[in-house]
This record gives sequence, structure tokens and C-alpha cells, in this order.
Amino acid sequence: MKEFDPGEAPSSIVSITDRVKQLPLGAAVGSVHFLGDRAFFVGAEESVAIATIDGEITRTETHFGAILCAASDGKRLVTGGDDGKLIAIDAKGEISTIATDAKRRWIDNVALHSDGTVAWSAGKTAFVRNPKGEEKTFEVPSTVGGLAFAPKGLRLAIAHYNGVTLWFPNMAANPEFLEWAGSHLAVTFSPDNKFLVTAMHEAAMHGWRLADNRHMRMSGYPGRVRSMSWSAGGKGLATSGADTVIVWPFTSKDGPMGKEPAMLAPMPARVAVVACHPKNDIMAVGYADGTVLMVRFEDGAEILVRRNAGAAVSALGWNAKGTLLAFGTEDGDAGILEM
Amino acid sequence: MAEASQKIPVTVLTGYLGAGKTTLLNRILSENHGKKYAVIVNEFGEIGIDNDLIIGADEEVFEMNNGCICCTVRGDLVRIMDGLMKRKGKFDAIIVETTGLADPAPVAQTFFVDEDVQKNARLDAVVTVADAKWLSDRLKDAPEAKNQIAFADVIVLNKTDLVSKPELAEVEARIRGINPYAKLHRTERCQVGLTDVLERGAFDLDRILEIEPDFLEAGDDHDHDHDHHHNHDHDHNHDHGHGLKHYHDEDMQSLSLRSEKPLDPTKFMPWLQNLVATEGQKILRSKGILAFTGDDDRYVFQGVHMMLEGDHQRKWKDGEKRESRVVFIGRELPEQAIRDGFEQCITT
Repeated sequence: MKEFDPGEAPSSIVSITDRVKQLPLGAAVGSVHFLGDRAFFVGAEESVAIATIDGEITRTETHFGAILCAASDGKRLVTGGDDGKLIAIDAKGEISTIATDAKRRWIDNVALHSDGTVAWSAGKTAFVRNPKGEEKTFEVPSTVGGLAFAPKGLRLAIAHYNGVTLWFPNMAANPEFLEWAGSHLAVTFSPDNKFLVTAMHEAAMHGWRLADNRHMRMSGYPGRVRSMSWSAGGKGLATSGADTVIVWPFTSKDGPMGKEPAMLAPMPARVAVVACHPKNDIMAVGYADGTVLMVRFEDGAEILVRRNAGAAVSALGWNAKGTLLAFGTEDGDAGILEM
Repeated sequence: MAEASQKIPVTVLTGYLGAGKTTLLNRILSENHGKKYAVIVNEFGEIGIDNDLIIGADEEVFEMNNGCICCTVRGDLVRIMDGLMKRKGKFDAIIVETTGLADPAPVAQTFFVDEDVQKNARLDAVVTVADAKWLSDRLKDAPEAKNQIAFADVIVLNKTDLVSKPELAEVEARIRGINPYAKLHRTERCQVGLTDVLERGAFDLDRILEIEPDFLEAGDDHDHDHDHHHNHDHDHNHDHGHGLKHYHDEDMQSLSLRSEKPLDPTKFMPWLQNLVATEGQKILRSKGILAFTGDDDRYVFQGVHMMLEGDHQRKWKDGEKRESRVVFIGRELPEQAIRDGFEQCITT
């Protein structure tokens, strides 16, 4: 379990570990996002480290404390912290404060809409602010677990205890409520806008087909699902939480209902993070033992990007063109790979 | 168990409204002990200390989706622990203050059932601050106050300067009638040694050994046996011959079982599991040190409602009395059925 040696395997896994540009950041990484060709490593606390493919690192202080959430639309990165601040960073690394919570509550979640609208939450309250600066709030019955904008229209999914509220900030209509018992955390829309999926507090996911709110139960995980990523074109939803990547099929109109998920890239460690390539049918997978693999959906073929070492992989991200992959770990190691 | 020491200890601070929780918290935060505490409070602003690690929480009690109705957790705690872990290294321990009306069980259970919380933190002890002047009244009219006493590992009996000696003896007897196993400290303005409330290891299976004297002798300032073999009428008190009143609480009791003969593990474990599965809503806390037939190791267990954890602890020492002791604290415990069930597990 300690040593994963690709050389010994009969079908010898291809290793490209020597092509990775090492970035010893020295501080735990929470997530990574590309703005242009630079990787923005969001620290677990206080700062964002901006790195180029040449290994040049600049660090920017953003929060006085933990950085609890981050989202990017490719043009800017927005982070929320336990200092009650919502901070935006543009591709040049310029910082601006979007909002400061009046009671200095934790900013737990953030989501970005393609039109420039930003949503965030503190406690039970979800906020949206459009590019003109107009702000609206909506309160749900319990603490917000996750936020996601629908790919079409201005519709915000707010996950909380016992279900998801779909809020239309620009419409007078009552929000829609999708009910399912339990605590719902991360939430995501399928790229075709047909399905909504949540990762729950227990080791399971739940989904709804939005046309008729039909339920989809996705369970059987040994651990909580903390990372979900849609494959190119939304054909599958890759998830963490098991010692293989669990990929739920979303190609038919019924989504994964009545179908078995694909189980790819088994390892003697839990999958911690998944990030699908933006254009091709491959994904990057980070494990709790520090391993990073690239995996092809079609046949599960694997390429070793990083050997197991140290702490869990905590961040993976591709640039928009899919030519650069960045990873970061809980113990402050990171790297960029040019494809 | 080696890694248990690296987990961040969490102290749960409970107590009825006005008992002095905030006073104790302020002391913990202001005293020069060289440690930094992250504090999860239910009401912001009551704490006069400036500390960026004070987090306001809404007590959100969630049922787990596992079919067990008393298996509730604090959803907000799961989230806050997650966020706090991003600042690992910035603090040494965590204190969770509950509201005066809170049941401590969901807080404790969060540390039993949530995988991520369990990975990083360990429950250290439930500390209950009680008001010496008003506790006796609250025990009559507030079930929450009784819960907090029953659940406690440490009881800080505060404001003792506001009551007479007989009143103090009375309230202590009432506390002992519910929970004879908690460490009890009499204080004024919560002047208790912080080492007496923090780093207790009350939920650490390995340290059930260290707390053995209290565990077995029931209380720190007298050594009479609280084994409830009494057959006196309910809700009266009687003198034990050395000035200690003895109350039997109508609905919250502790039950202590003992056997000098070894227990049959093939009988005891199913019996215990079945007992907490069927009566777990009534059983607030359970603990035990067990001697099994043909087993040279001591077995220790503890539980909160329906949740149990247990492990072989160490070899019985030469000359050590191989005696099994089990303690339950709970509401309307079916005493006779539990005693009979336990008897059946004794190897004959």
C-alpha cells in the first residue's frame, strides 16, 4: 500500500511524472483554478498563490483566516472566507472586495454565473449580486450546504437540510423546492440543464430529473462524496468517495436511473478529487495517498502524473483549452503539467 | 489509538441558562495557559474576549438517514469543524458551547458518526455548569437541565456562595441521584482549575483506566458506594450515617452492574447491542470495563444512546481483581430487565 511502483505492473502504467513542473507552495491547497495560462492555487487559509508553467510563483494575501469556498468562471476567481469577506481576483492578480458580511459570518459557499452575477451564502442566507451591483437575498430553512447556477437562465440552486430550493432571483414566482430527507451539501446542474445532483452528508448522492422532479438515488459509497465533475459534454458525472472513480452515466433521458456506474482507476486509497478534461473524454484523479492519475473514460487507461507521497490531493484543475493540468495537496505540494 | 493524541480535543460546555457557562468560557479564553482555543458559541457577543477563532453557530440538529431515530447530529458542527480544520495548527483545542436548553447528545453523537469529524477531532468531555441556587428547582421543571447533569463527565457546581451548607448538600445529593459518576467541583464564579475541566479524556477508551477511581467510587469527595440496591420510597431522602442525603430521581437514574465472575462474550455483546438498540433512546451514557471468560485482556466500552464503541484495552495485571463493571445513566431505565439480562451473561 505504501509504494505504488508503476514499473512492476505487467501492463506497466505510463508515467509522465518527470514532465510535471514542481511548485513547492508550502501551504495547504484548497482548490486550483486557471485564469488564462496561470494557475491560481487557493490556499486553505489566507492567500492565493499564482503560478506560471515556468514555475514562477507570486502570492497574494486575500483573507484573514480560512478560505472556505472558491469559484471561477475563467475570467475571475471569487473566494469566501471565515473573515466574512467575499474577494474577487482577476487574471492579472488584482484583488477587489465584493462583499463583507455585516456580522462577520463565515462565507460558506460561492457560485458564479456566466453573465457576471455572483452568488454566495452565510448561514441560512443566500445572496446574489448582478453585474450592476444590485443585491438580493433569500433565506432557506437551514444552513446553506451548496450553491450552483443553472446553465440557462438566472436560476440558483440552494442545497440545505431536506432538499434543494431553486430560486429565480429576477422573478416574482415562488421558489421551487425539491425535497429529499437528509443534509444536502454540494450541488450541481448537468450541463444540459436536465438534471440536478447533490452530494449528501451521508455517503450518497441524490439527483432529480428537472422535467418531472423524478428522484435518482446514487449510493453505495464508503465515504462522503466531496468532489463531483461533469465529463466533456455532460455524458457522465465523475465522483470521489470510493477507492475507484465512480462515473454515473447521463447520456439517456433517464440519467443514471436503473444503470450501473462505471468504476475506473481502482487504487488502494480513496479518490479525493476528480476533474474532467474540458474537451476530451479523460479526467484527472487525485487520491488520499497523494497519487495523481489521468484516466481515459473509454477503457480506464491510466497515466501516472504524481506518485503517492505525503498528504491527500486536495485540488485539481484544467485550463479552458485543456492544455494545462494543475494539482495541489493538503501538505502544500503542487505542480503543473503541460499536455 | 496512538493517533488519538494528534486529534484535536473538543470540550462540550453545557449548562442551563444563567448557570455561568459564559463566565467559565471567558476564564478559559483569558487565562494565561499558553493554549489557544477555538470556540463555537451559540450566541455571539456574550464573550468579551477578542478572538478570531470564536465562531457563531446555529444549533441545527439533523437526523441521520440511517433509520435510527435517536441518531441525531449537529449539522452546523460538521460544517464548522470542516472549516476549522483549514486552520489546523492555529489552535490547540475546541470548545463547543451549547444553548441552555440544548440536549448534549447530538453534539456528542456528531463525534461518533461523522467520518470527517472523527478523523480530525475527538470528544474530550461533556462539562456541565450548574447553578447551586437554582439547579434543584430546574431539575423539577426543566428536563433539559436534568439531561445536562445526566450526560456530564464533569459538573461545575457554581455560585456555591449563594447557598447555605444544607442547601449545597441538598443540591449535590440531587446531582448524585442522577449522575454519581461525573467529577463534581464546587465553585464560586466558576473558579475551577482549568485542568479539571479541559483535557479530561473522558471519551478516550484508553483512559477509562485512568478515571477508574471516580468511575468505581462514584464521586471525588466521599467514597460510599452508590450501587443502587436501595428499596426505599421514591423522592424521599434518607441518611446514610455520614450526613449525606441520598435522592433517587423519579425519571433519571444511573444503574451500576457488577460481576466478580467472568462474562461470556458470546452472550454479553449481543445482549448489550440489543439493549442499546431497543432502549437506546432512554440510555444517555453507558460505560464498562469487562472481564471475559478465557480472555486475558480487559475489554472497555462506552456509548451514547444507541452508539457504542469498544476495544480490548490491556492485559489484566497479576493480582488485579478481574471484576466487570457496567454503568448506565438514563431515563426510566428498565432496571430489573437490565439486571436480569446482565446476570444471564455471567459464565456459570
